[in-house]
Amino acid sequence: MSTSPTTPRSIVIVGASLAGLRTADALRAQGFNGSLTIIGDEPYLPYDRPPLSKDVLTAPTPAPLTALPLPDGLDARWQLGRPAVHLNPSARTVTLADGTQVPYDGAVIATGSTARAWPARRPPLPRGVLTLRGWQDAVALRAELIPGRRLVVIGAGFLGGEIAAAARVRGLDVTLIESAAQPLEGAVGTVAGSFVAAMHREAGIDLRTHTTVSGFHATDDGRITGVHLSDHSELPADAAVLALGAVPATDWLADSGIALENGVRCDPYLRALLTDGTAVPGLVAAGDVARVPHPLAGDTSVTLGHWTNAVEQAASAAHTLLHPDEPKPFNGIPSFWSDLHGARIRSVGLPGLADETRIAEHDLVGRRLEVSYHKDGQLIGALTIGRTRRLAAYQRELRALRDAVSHPATS
Amino acid sequence: MQITVDMNLCESHGQCVFAAPEVFSFDDEDYLVYDAAPSDALLDKTMQAAAVCPARAITVTANPTATTDAPAAQ
Repeated sequence: MSTSPTTPRSIVIVGASLAGLRTADALRAQGFNGSLTIIGDEPYLPYDRPPLSKDVLTAPTPAPLTALPLPDGLDARWQLGRPAVHLNPSARTVTLADGTQVPYDGAVIATGSTARAWPARRPPLPRGVLTLRGWQDAVALRAELIPGRRLVVIGAGFLGGEIAAAARVRGLDVTLIESAAQPLEGAVGTVAGSFVAAMHREAGIDLRTHTTVSGFHATDDGRITGVHLSDHSELPADAAVLALGAVPATDWLADSGIALENGVRCDPYLRALLTDGTAVPGLVAAGDVARVPHPLAGDTSVTLGHWTNAVEQAASAAHTLLHPDEPKPFNGIPSFWSDLHGARIRSVGLPGLADETRIAEHDLVGRRLEVSYHKDGQLIGALTIGRTRRLAAYQRELRALRDAVSHPATS
Repeated sequence: MQITVDMNLCESHGQCVFAAPEVFSFDDEDYLVYDAAPSDALLDKTMQAAAVCPARAITVTANPTATTDAPAAQ
Protein backbone atom coordinates (compact mmCIF):
# COMPACT_ATOMS: atom_id res chain seq x y z
CA MET A 1 0.00 0.00 0.00
CA SER A 2 1.30 3.45 -0.83
CA THR A 3 1.54 5.44 2.34
CA SER A 4 0.52 9.07 2.33
CA PRO A 5 0.11 11.52 5.19
CA THR A 6 -3.60 10.69 5.21
CA THR A 7 -3.22 6.92 5.43
CA PRO A 8 -4.59 5.81 8.81
CA ARG A 9 -2.35 3.94 11.24
CA SER A 10 -5.16 2.72 13.47
CA ILE A 11 -8.67 1.76 12.39
CA VAL A 12 -11.67 1.04 14.59
CA ILE A 13 -14.63 -0.87 13.17
CA VAL A 14 -17.83 -0.42 15.15
CA GLY A 15 -19.96 -3.48 14.43
CA ALA A 16 -18.79 -7.10 14.54
CA SER A 17 -21.18 -8.62 12.04
CA LEU A 18 -20.89 -9.28 8.31
CA ALA A 19 -20.14 -5.71 7.17
CA GLY A 20 -17.60 -5.17 9.96
CA LEU A 21 -15.83 -8.47 9.38
CA ARG A 22 -15.70 -8.04 5.62
CA THR A 23 -14.39 -4.47 5.97
CA ALA A 24 -11.64 -5.75 8.25
CA ASP A 25 -10.82 -8.47 5.75
CA ALA A 26 -10.78 -5.96 2.88
CA LEU A 27 -8.53 -3.55 4.81
CA ARG A 28 -5.93 -6.30 5.32
CA ALA A 29 -6.31 -7.55 1.74
CA GLN A 30 -5.76 -3.98 0.50
CA GLY A 31 -2.51 -3.77 2.46
CA PHE A 32 -3.45 -2.09 5.73
CA ASN A 33 -0.94 -3.22 8.38
CA GLY A 34 -1.79 -0.86 11.23
CA SER A 35 -3.77 -1.68 14.34
CA LEU A 36 -7.31 -2.91 13.85
CA THR A 37 -9.97 -2.92 16.57
CA ILE A 38 -13.44 -4.43 16.10
CA ILE A 39 -16.17 -3.46 18.55
CA GLY A 40 -19.33 -5.54 18.90
CA ASP A 41 -22.33 -5.13 21.18
CA GLU A 42 -23.00 -8.87 21.28
CA PRO A 43 -20.56 -11.21 23.07
CA TYR A 44 -19.96 -13.26 19.92
CA LEU A 45 -17.45 -13.35 17.12
CA PRO A 46 -19.12 -12.60 13.77
CA TYR A 47 -21.88 -15.00 12.79
CA ASP A 48 -24.13 -15.49 9.80
CA ARG A 49 -27.60 -13.99 10.25
CA PRO A 50 -29.66 -15.35 7.32
CA PRO A 51 -29.95 -18.83 8.95
CA LEU A 52 -31.47 -17.26 12.08
CA SER A 53 -34.90 -17.11 10.48
CA LYS A 54 -34.48 -20.42 8.64
CA ASP A 55 -32.37 -23.44 9.65
CA VAL A 56 -31.74 -22.27 13.22
CA LEU A 57 -35.51 -22.17 13.84
CA THR A 58 -36.36 -25.43 12.12
CA ALA A 59 -33.51 -27.43 13.69
CA PRO A 60 -34.92 -30.25 15.84
CA THR A 61 -32.26 -29.55 18.47
CA PRO A 62 -30.67 -26.21 19.39
CA ALA A 63 -28.11 -25.31 16.73
CA PRO A 64 -24.53 -24.16 17.41
CA LEU A 65 -23.64 -20.52 16.64
CA THR A 66 -23.56 -19.97 12.88
CA ALA A 67 -20.03 -18.56 13.12
CA LEU A 68 -18.49 -16.90 10.08
CA PRO A 69 -14.97 -18.07 9.24
CA LEU A 70 -12.28 -15.60 10.30
CA PRO A 71 -9.78 -14.96 7.52
CA ASP A 72 -6.12 -15.69 8.16
CA GLY A 73 -3.99 -12.69 9.06
CA LEU A 74 -6.85 -10.55 10.32
CA ASP A 75 -4.85 -9.65 13.44
CA ALA A 76 -7.72 -7.73 15.01
CA ARG A 77 -8.33 -6.73 18.59
CA TRP A 78 -11.89 -7.80 19.41
CA GLN A 79 -13.95 -5.77 21.86
CA LEU A 80 -17.03 -7.98 22.12
CA GLY A 81 -20.01 -7.48 24.38
CA ARG A 82 -18.95 -3.86 24.69
CA PRO A 83 -21.42 -1.62 22.83
CA ALA A 84 -20.25 1.71 21.47
CA VAL A 85 -22.33 4.53 22.93
CA HIS A 86 -20.76 7.65 21.46
CA LEU A 87 -18.63 8.90 18.57
CA ASN A 88 -16.67 12.13 18.56
CA PRO A 89 -15.64 12.70 14.94
CA SER A 90 -13.47 15.76 15.63
CA ALA A 91 -11.53 14.16 18.52
CA ARG A 92 -11.64 10.83 16.63
CA THR A 93 -12.71 8.70 19.54
CA VAL A 94 -15.34 6.02 20.10
CA THR A 95 -16.70 5.66 23.63
CA LEU A 96 -17.81 2.24 24.91
CA ALA A 97 -20.64 1.59 27.37
CA ASP A 98 -18.17 1.20 30.27
CA GLY A 99 -16.65 4.61 29.51
CA THR A 100 -13.54 3.36 27.72
CA GLN A 101 -12.38 5.76 25.01
CA VAL A 102 -10.99 4.17 21.87
CA PRO A 103 -9.00 6.60 19.69
CA TYR A 104 -8.70 6.10 15.92
CA ASP A 105 -7.23 7.51 12.74
CA GLY A 106 -9.93 5.86 10.67
CA ALA A 107 -13.28 4.41 11.71
CA VAL A 108 -16.01 2.32 10.12
CA ILE A 109 -19.64 2.56 11.20
CA ALA A 110 -21.06 -0.93 10.67
CA THR A 111 -23.60 -1.24 13.46
CA GLY A 112 -26.28 -2.72 11.22
CA SER A 113 -29.91 -2.48 12.20
CA THR A 114 -32.26 -3.40 14.99
CA ALA A 115 -35.77 -4.81 14.99
CA ARG A 116 -38.41 -2.09 14.84
CA ALA A 117 -39.92 -1.86 18.30
CA TRP A 118 -43.54 -1.95 19.39
CA PRO A 119 -44.64 1.68 19.84
CA ALA A 120 -43.49 2.83 23.26
CA ARG A 121 -46.79 4.63 23.96
CA ARG A 122 -48.60 1.27 23.93
CA PRO A 123 -48.91 -0.86 27.08
CA PRO A 124 -45.83 -2.99 27.84
CA LEU A 125 -45.57 -6.28 25.95
CA PRO A 126 -46.40 -9.54 27.72
CA ARG A 127 -43.87 -12.37 27.95
CA GLY A 128 -43.91 -14.58 24.90
CA VAL A 129 -43.89 -11.66 22.46
CA LEU A 130 -40.50 -11.77 20.75
CA THR A 131 -38.47 -10.06 18.07
CA LEU A 132 -35.71 -11.57 15.93
CA ARG A 133 -32.43 -9.90 15.11
CA GLY A 134 -29.50 -11.41 16.99
CA TRP A 135 -28.36 -14.86 18.01
CA GLN A 136 -29.97 -14.78 21.45
CA ASP A 137 -33.26 -13.74 19.84
CA ALA A 138 -33.11 -16.79 17.58
CA VAL A 139 -32.32 -19.13 20.49
CA ALA A 140 -35.24 -17.70 22.48
CA LEU A 141 -37.64 -17.87 19.53
CA ARG A 142 -36.66 -21.43 18.67
CA ALA A 143 -37.45 -22.44 22.26
CA GLU A 144 -40.99 -21.03 21.85
CA LEU A 145 -41.65 -23.04 18.67
CA ILE A 146 -43.23 -26.06 20.34
CA PRO A 147 -45.35 -28.26 18.04
CA GLY A 148 -49.07 -27.70 18.47
CA ARG A 149 -48.71 -24.21 19.88
CA ARG A 150 -50.44 -21.21 18.35
CA LEU A 151 -48.04 -18.57 17.02
CA VAL A 152 -48.99 -15.14 15.72
CA VAL A 153 -46.41 -13.45 13.49
CA ILE A 154 -46.98 -9.73 13.10
CA GLY A 155 -45.60 -8.41 9.81
CA ALA A 156 -45.41 -10.51 6.62
CA GLY A 157 -42.17 -9.11 5.21
CA PHE A 158 -39.27 -11.39 4.39
CA LEU A 159 -38.39 -11.95 8.06
CA GLY A 160 -41.96 -12.49 9.23
CA GLY A 161 -42.66 -14.79 6.28
CA GLU A 162 -39.59 -16.90 6.95
CA ILE A 163 -40.42 -17.17 10.66
CA ALA A 164 -44.00 -18.20 9.84
CA ALA A 165 -42.73 -20.81 7.37
CA ALA A 166 -40.22 -22.17 9.90
CA ALA A 167 -42.92 -22.40 12.57
CA ARG A 168 -45.12 -24.42 10.19
CA VAL A 169 -42.22 -26.81 9.62
CA ARG A 170 -42.02 -27.20 13.42
CA GLY A 171 -45.73 -28.04 13.52
CA LEU A 172 -47.27 -24.91 15.00
CA ASP A 173 -50.57 -23.29 14.11
CA VAL A 174 -49.46 -20.04 12.53
CA THR A 175 -51.35 -16.82 11.87
CA LEU A 176 -49.51 -14.17 9.86
CA ILE A 177 -50.76 -10.60 10.21
CA GLU A 178 -50.09 -8.01 7.50
CA SER A 179 -51.30 -4.42 7.38
CA ALA A 180 -51.03 -4.09 3.58
CA ALA A 181 -53.11 -5.83 0.90
CA GLN A 182 -50.35 -8.38 0.21
CA PRO A 183 -47.16 -9.47 1.93
CA LEU A 184 -44.05 -7.66 0.65
CA GLU A 185 -46.16 -5.25 -1.37
CA GLY A 186 -43.90 -2.27 -0.76
CA ALA A 187 -40.72 -4.24 -1.38
CA VAL A 188 -41.61 -6.27 -4.48
CA GLY A 189 -45.11 -5.23 -5.55
CA THR A 190 -48.49 -6.91 -5.80
CA VAL A 191 -47.67 -9.68 -8.29
CA ALA A 192 -44.81 -11.19 -6.30
CA GLY A 193 -46.58 -10.35 -3.05
CA SER A 194 -49.74 -12.24 -3.98
CA PHE A 195 -47.62 -15.15 -5.22
CA VAL A 196 -45.96 -15.32 -1.81
CA ALA A 197 -49.37 -15.00 -0.13
CA ALA A 198 -50.59 -18.04 -2.06
CA MET A 199 -47.51 -20.02 -0.99
CA HIS A 200 -48.13 -19.09 2.64
CA ARG A 201 -51.77 -20.19 2.48
CA GLU A 202 -50.87 -23.41 0.69
CA ALA A 203 -48.50 -24.19 3.56
CA GLY A 204 -51.38 -23.85 6.01
CA ILE A 205 -50.57 -20.40 7.34
CA ASP A 206 -53.60 -18.29 8.22
CA LEU A 207 -52.58 -15.07 6.44
CA ARG A 208 -54.65 -12.04 7.34
CA THR A 209 -54.02 -8.96 5.21
CA HIS A 210 -55.37 -5.45 5.75
CA THR A 211 -55.09 -6.28 9.43
CA THR A 212 -53.10 -4.84 12.30
CA VAL A 213 -52.62 -5.79 15.92
CA SER A 214 -54.08 -3.35 18.40
CA GLY A 215 -53.08 -5.10 21.62
CA PHE A 216 -52.26 -8.25 23.54
CA HIS A 217 -53.99 -10.27 26.22
CA ALA A 218 -52.00 -11.85 29.02
CA THR A 219 -52.35 -14.00 32.10
CA ASP A 220 -52.20 -12.37 35.54
CA ASP A 221 -48.49 -13.14 35.68
CA GLY A 222 -47.89 -11.48 32.32
CA ARG A 223 -47.71 -14.30 29.76
CA ILE A 224 -49.37 -13.80 26.37
CA THR A 225 -52.74 -15.53 25.84
CA GLY A 226 -54.02 -13.74 22.79
CA VAL A 227 -53.88 -10.94 20.28
CA HIS A 228 -56.46 -8.26 19.64
CA LEU A 229 -56.86 -7.37 15.96
CA SER A 230 -57.95 -4.20 14.17
CA ASP A 231 -61.12 -5.94 12.93
CA HIS A 232 -62.08 -6.33 16.62
CA SER A 233 -61.56 -10.08 16.55
CA GLU A 234 -59.47 -11.94 19.12
CA LEU A 235 -56.86 -14.54 18.30
CA PRO A 236 -55.73 -16.96 21.00
CA ALA A 237 -51.92 -17.17 21.01
CA ASP A 238 -49.23 -19.03 22.96
CA ALA A 239 -46.50 -16.82 21.50
CA ALA A 240 -46.13 -13.93 19.08
CA VAL A 241 -43.34 -12.43 17.01
CA LEU A 242 -43.03 -8.78 16.06
CA ALA A 243 -41.54 -8.62 12.55
CA LEU A 244 -42.21 -4.96 11.88
CA GLY A 245 -39.08 -4.23 9.89
CA ALA A 246 -35.54 -3.12 10.59
CA VAL A 247 -34.28 0.25 11.77
CA PRO A 248 -30.66 1.36 11.22
CA ALA A 249 -28.76 1.18 14.52
CA THR A 250 -27.76 4.83 14.89
CA ASP A 251 -28.87 5.64 18.46
CA TRP A 252 -25.24 5.72 19.58
CA LEU A 253 -24.53 8.49 17.03
CA ALA A 254 -27.35 10.75 18.20
CA ASP A 255 -25.16 13.61 19.45
CA SER A 256 -22.18 13.06 17.13
CA GLY A 257 -23.04 15.75 14.58
CA ILE A 258 -23.37 13.08 11.88
CA ALA A 259 -26.36 13.37 9.56
CA LEU A 260 -28.86 10.68 10.51
CA GLU A 261 -31.75 10.21 8.11
CA ASN A 262 -33.00 6.67 8.55
CA GLY A 263 -29.35 5.59 8.52
CA VAL A 264 -25.98 7.31 8.36
CA ARG A 265 -26.10 9.70 5.43
CA CYS A 266 -23.07 9.02 3.23
CA ASP A 267 -21.58 10.39 0.03
CA PRO A 268 -21.10 8.01 -2.93
CA TYR A 269 -17.73 6.95 -1.46
CA LEU A 270 -19.38 5.81 1.80
CA ARG A 271 -17.90 8.71 3.77
CA ALA A 272 -20.19 9.69 6.61
CA LEU A 273 -21.57 13.21 6.29
CA LEU A 274 -22.11 15.86 8.92
CA THR A 275 -25.47 17.59 9.15
CA ASP A 276 -24.04 20.43 7.01
CA GLY A 277 -23.31 17.91 4.23
CA THR A 278 -19.53 17.88 4.52
CA ALA A 279 -17.69 14.56 4.67
CA VAL A 280 -16.07 13.56 7.95
CA PRO A 281 -12.35 12.83 7.50
CA GLY A 282 -11.46 9.21 8.24
CA LEU A 283 -15.02 8.04 8.83
CA VAL A 284 -16.97 5.66 6.58
CA ALA A 285 -20.08 3.51 6.92
CA ALA A 286 -21.00 0.12 5.44
CA GLY A 287 -23.91 -2.30 5.47
CA ASP A 288 -27.47 -1.91 6.77
CA VAL A 289 -26.63 1.31 8.60
CA ALA A 290 -25.37 3.25 5.56
CA ARG A 291 -27.67 5.46 3.50
CA VAL A 292 -25.92 5.96 0.18
CA PRO A 293 -26.83 7.64 -3.13
CA HIS A 294 -27.32 5.00 -5.81
CA PRO A 295 -27.14 5.63 -9.56
CA LEU A 296 -30.06 3.23 -10.18
CA ALA A 297 -32.17 5.37 -7.85
CA GLY A 298 -31.36 8.57 -9.75
CA ASP A 299 -28.73 9.26 -7.09
CA THR A 300 -31.27 9.48 -4.30
CA SER A 301 -30.01 7.76 -1.16
CA VAL A 302 -31.05 4.25 -0.21
CA THR A 303 -30.35 1.90 2.66
CA LEU A 304 -30.06 -1.74 1.65
CA GLY A 305 -30.48 -4.25 4.44
CA HIS A 306 -29.15 -7.15 2.42
CA TRP A 307 -26.31 -9.62 2.83
CA THR A 308 -24.65 -8.89 -0.51
CA ASN A 309 -24.80 -5.16 0.07
CA ALA A 310 -22.87 -5.53 3.32
CA VAL A 311 -20.21 -7.56 1.52
CA GLU A 312 -19.84 -5.17 -1.42
CA GLN A 313 -19.90 -1.98 0.64
CA ALA A 314 -17.21 -3.40 2.93
CA ALA A 315 -14.71 -3.46 0.07
CA SER A 316 -15.61 0.10 -0.97
CA ALA A 317 -15.44 1.42 2.58
CA ALA A 318 -11.99 -0.10 3.06
CA HIS A 319 -10.79 1.47 -0.18
CA THR A 320 -12.09 4.91 0.78
CA LEU A 321 -10.37 4.76 4.17
CA LEU A 322 -7.03 3.66 2.74
CA HIS A 323 -7.10 5.87 -0.35
CA PRO A 324 -8.84 9.08 0.75
CA ASP A 325 -7.37 10.99 -2.19
CA GLU A 326 -8.60 8.56 -4.82
CA PRO A 327 -11.91 7.15 -3.61
CA LYS A 328 -14.15 5.08 -5.87
CA PRO A 329 -17.94 5.44 -5.65
CA PHE A 330 -19.94 2.50 -4.40
CA ASN A 331 -22.29 1.35 -7.14
CA GLY A 332 -22.93 -2.36 -6.62
CA ILE A 333 -26.17 -3.71 -8.06
CA PRO A 334 -28.37 -4.57 -5.05
CA SER A 335 -29.60 -8.12 -4.70
CA PHE A 336 -31.41 -10.11 -2.06
CA TRP A 337 -32.91 -13.52 -1.48
CA SER A 338 -35.42 -15.32 0.65
CA ASP A 339 -36.19 -19.02 0.99
CA LEU A 340 -39.88 -19.68 1.63
CA HIS A 341 -41.63 -23.04 1.74
CA GLY A 342 -38.84 -24.61 -0.28
CA ALA A 343 -39.01 -21.96 -3.01
CA ARG A 344 -36.02 -19.79 -3.84
CA ILE A 345 -36.88 -16.12 -4.16
CA ARG A 346 -34.06 -14.17 -5.79
CA SER A 347 -34.03 -10.50 -6.73
CA VAL A 348 -31.75 -7.85 -8.23
CA GLY A 349 -32.02 -4.09 -8.48
CA LEU A 350 -34.41 -1.85 -6.59
CA PRO A 351 -37.91 -3.32 -7.14
CA GLY A 352 -39.32 -1.11 -4.39
CA LEU A 353 -38.85 1.98 -6.59
CA ALA A 354 -40.77 0.61 -9.58
CA ASP A 355 -43.94 2.14 -11.03
CA GLU A 356 -44.62 -0.83 -13.32
CA THR A 357 -44.32 -4.63 -13.07
CA ARG A 358 -44.08 -6.87 -16.11
CA ILE A 359 -44.77 -10.60 -15.82
CA ALA A 360 -42.66 -12.95 -17.93
CA GLU A 361 -43.80 -16.17 -16.22
CA HIS A 362 -46.34 -16.87 -13.48
CA ASP A 363 -46.85 -20.52 -12.58
CA LEU A 364 -48.12 -20.98 -9.06
CA VAL A 365 -48.41 -24.76 -9.33
CA GLY A 366 -44.86 -25.13 -10.68
CA ARG A 367 -43.59 -22.52 -8.21
CA ARG A 368 -42.04 -20.44 -10.95
CA LEU A 369 -42.23 -16.67 -11.24
CA GLU A 370 -40.32 -14.15 -13.30
CA VAL A 371 -41.18 -10.46 -13.06
CA SER A 372 -39.27 -7.35 -14.04
CA TYR A 373 -39.67 -3.94 -12.48
CA HIS A 374 -39.59 -0.65 -14.35
CA LYS A 375 -39.58 3.02 -13.54
CA ASP A 376 -40.43 5.61 -16.18
CA GLY A 377 -40.27 2.76 -18.67
CA GLN A 378 -36.72 1.75 -17.74
CA LEU A 379 -35.67 -1.48 -16.03
CA ILE A 380 -34.93 -1.03 -12.31
CA GLY A 381 -35.13 -4.58 -10.95
CA ALA A 382 -36.23 -8.18 -11.35
CA LEU A 383 -37.41 -11.05 -9.18
CA THR A 384 -37.59 -14.75 -9.84
CA ILE A 385 -38.88 -17.75 -7.95
CA GLY A 386 -37.40 -21.04 -9.15
CA ARG A 387 -35.87 -19.25 -12.13
CA THR A 388 -32.56 -17.92 -10.84
CA ARG A 389 -31.04 -18.68 -14.23
CA ARG A 390 -33.08 -15.85 -15.73
CA LEU A 391 -31.80 -13.28 -13.25
CA ALA A 392 -28.29 -12.92 -14.67
CA ALA A 393 -29.51 -11.17 -17.82
CA TYR A 394 -31.41 -8.59 -15.76
CA GLN A 395 -28.38 -8.06 -13.54
CA ARG A 396 -26.24 -7.44 -16.64
CA GLU A 397 -28.76 -4.96 -18.03
CA LEU A 398 -28.94 -3.11 -14.71
CA ARG A 399 -25.15 -2.89 -14.64
CA ALA A 400 -25.12 -1.39 -18.12
CA LEU A 401 -27.83 1.12 -17.15
CA ARG A 402 -25.89 2.04 -14.03
CA ASP A 403 -22.69 2.56 -15.99
CA ALA A 404 -24.55 4.78 -18.43
CA VAL A 405 -25.76 7.12 -15.70
CA SER A 406 -22.89 6.89 -13.19
CA HIS A 407 -20.72 9.88 -12.56
CA PRO A 408 -17.00 9.64 -13.28
CA ALA A 409 -15.10 8.19 -10.32
CA THR A 410 -13.53 11.46 -9.24
CA SER A 411 -14.15 13.59 -6.21
CA MET B 1 -6.59 -22.12 -11.34
CA GLN B 2 -8.80 -24.86 -9.93
CA ILE B 3 -12.34 -24.38 -8.66
CA THR B 4 -14.42 -26.66 -6.53
CA VAL B 5 -18.01 -25.98 -5.50
CA ASP B 6 -19.61 -27.87 -2.66
CA MET B 7 -22.97 -28.64 -4.24
CA ASN B 8 -24.36 -29.63 -0.84
CA LEU B 9 -23.88 -26.02 0.23
CA CYS B 10 -24.87 -24.29 -3.04
CA GLU B 11 -28.32 -22.69 -2.79
CA SER B 12 -28.34 -21.18 -6.28
CA HIS B 13 -28.10 -17.61 -5.05
CA GLY B 14 -26.54 -16.63 -8.37
CA GLN B 15 -23.98 -14.23 -6.96
CA CYS B 16 -21.10 -16.14 -8.59
CA VAL B 17 -22.90 -16.03 -11.93
CA PHE B 18 -23.19 -12.25 -11.61
CA ALA B 19 -19.52 -11.87 -10.64
CA ALA B 20 -17.93 -14.29 -13.10
CA PRO B 21 -20.39 -15.32 -15.85
CA GLU B 22 -17.47 -16.74 -17.88
CA VAL B 23 -17.00 -19.38 -15.18
CA PHE B 24 -20.39 -19.97 -13.54
CA SER B 25 -23.88 -20.45 -14.97
CA PHE B 26 -27.12 -22.32 -14.28
CA ASP B 27 -28.76 -25.16 -16.14
CA ASP B 28 -32.50 -25.22 -16.85
CA GLU B 29 -33.23 -26.48 -13.33
CA ASP B 30 -31.19 -23.74 -11.63
CA TYR B 31 -28.36 -26.12 -10.78
CA LEU B 32 -24.95 -24.51 -10.92
CA VAL B 33 -22.58 -25.52 -13.68
CA TYR B 34 -19.03 -24.23 -13.79
CA ASP B 35 -15.67 -24.48 -15.45
CA ALA B 36 -13.48 -26.27 -12.91
CA ALA B 37 -10.22 -25.05 -14.46
CA PRO B 38 -10.76 -21.60 -15.98
CA SER B 39 -8.07 -19.36 -17.42
CA ASP B 40 -5.91 -17.56 -14.89
CA ALA B 41 -6.94 -14.35 -16.63
CA LEU B 42 -10.25 -14.81 -14.78
CA LEU B 43 -8.65 -15.20 -11.34
CA ASP B 44 -9.74 -11.83 -9.93
CA LYS B 45 -13.34 -12.30 -11.07
CA THR B 46 -13.39 -15.85 -9.76
CA MET B 47 -12.00 -14.79 -6.38
CA GLN B 48 -14.74 -12.16 -6.25
CA ALA B 49 -17.34 -14.83 -7.05
CA ALA B 50 -16.08 -16.94 -4.15
CA ALA B 51 -16.13 -13.93 -1.83
CA VAL B 52 -19.76 -13.05 -2.59
CA CYS B 53 -21.14 -16.59 -2.26
CA PRO B 54 -23.53 -16.45 0.74
CA ALA B 55 -23.23 -20.22 1.16
CA ARG B 56 -19.39 -20.15 1.10
CA ALA B 57 -19.57 -23.05 -1.31
CA ILE B 58 -16.74 -22.03 -3.67
CA THR B 59 -13.07 -22.82 -3.16
CA VAL B 60 -10.51 -21.35 -5.54
CA THR B 61 -6.96 -22.67 -5.74
CA ALA B 62 -4.60 -20.47 -7.70
CA ASN B 63 -1.84 -22.00 -9.78
CA PRO B 64 1.49 -21.22 -8.13
CA THR B 65 2.66 -19.38 -11.22
CA ALA B 66 -0.39 -17.13 -11.57
CA THR B 67 0.16 -13.45 -10.92
CA THR B 68 -2.67 -11.40 -9.52
CA ASP B 69 -3.53 -8.57 -7.21
CA ALA B 70 -6.18 -10.68 -5.56
CA PRO B 71 -5.72 -11.79 -1.96
CA ALA B 72 -4.48 -15.28 -1.28
CA ALA B 73 -6.99 -18.00 -2.04
CA GLN B 74 -8.88 -19.36 0.91
